[in-house]
Amino acid sequence: MVQLRLFARFREELGVDSEQLESDDLRCVEDLLSRLRQRGGAWSRLLAEDQRIMMAVNQEMANPQTPLQAGDEIALFPPVTGG
Amino acid sequence: MYTIRVDSEPFDPNHEVDLLRGEDPAIGAVVSFIGLMRDLNEGDRVANMFLEHYPGMTENALEQIVKLAFERWQLQGCRVVHRVGELKPTDPIVLVAVASAHRKEAFQACEFIIDYLKTQAPFWKKEATENGERWVDARDSDDEAIRQWSQTGNDH
Repeated sequence: MVQLRLFARFREELGVDSEQLESDDLRCVEDLLSRLRQRGGAWSRLLAEDQRIMMAVNQEMANPQTPLQAGDEIALFPPVTGG
Repeated sequence: MYTIRVDSEPFDPNHEVDLLRGEDPAIGAVVSFIGLMRDLNEGDRVANMFLEHYPGMTENALEQIVKLAFERWQLQGCRVVHRVGELKPTDPIVLVAVASAHRKEAFQACEFIIDYLKTQAPFWKKEATENGERWVDARDSDDEAIRQWSQTGNDH
């Protein structure tokens, strides 16, 4: 299993703060994004390939090619706006 | 060497700078940036703002940015404080204060840290305006600032 976490606009529009997902076929973050897009609706709209998405694996900035393994915490969020 | 704090309570930037400059008599220069909450954005009055963050990752990301600055310049100290939660106009949002022996290192490192914080630290602003709540969009100019740091040397 892996833990998915969502923040800011993603968390609000998807109505999900965090969830556990089967990790068997997830080699990298892109695999997870593809699986989530297949849910349709707001998932496919917010995570579409032309959208600006930031991602982190185990609380480090990541990219679609970052490898995944069981137990990882993956976060998806819109571009950050602090400061 | 450096202090990083994510705070849900208002903070006094002057007090933070006093703490920094008192740390080490080798400090000859302190440069600080204070980001403040404005009551106007994109043409709308903003009554208040909520700052969301990613607890744990936020602190790690800030620490990595500060460490990069210490690798790049000769610095004597640094304090970064960032608010989260509910903010009102005029509240300080962020303080980046950098101390060095001479001014040039402190000026450059301060700008470097705030530029990286803007695009790499997981904070998100949500504004309450007369027309309802809205998430603030990231600015392309912030990404451009990072590209310049990665392309040029220290004489940015």
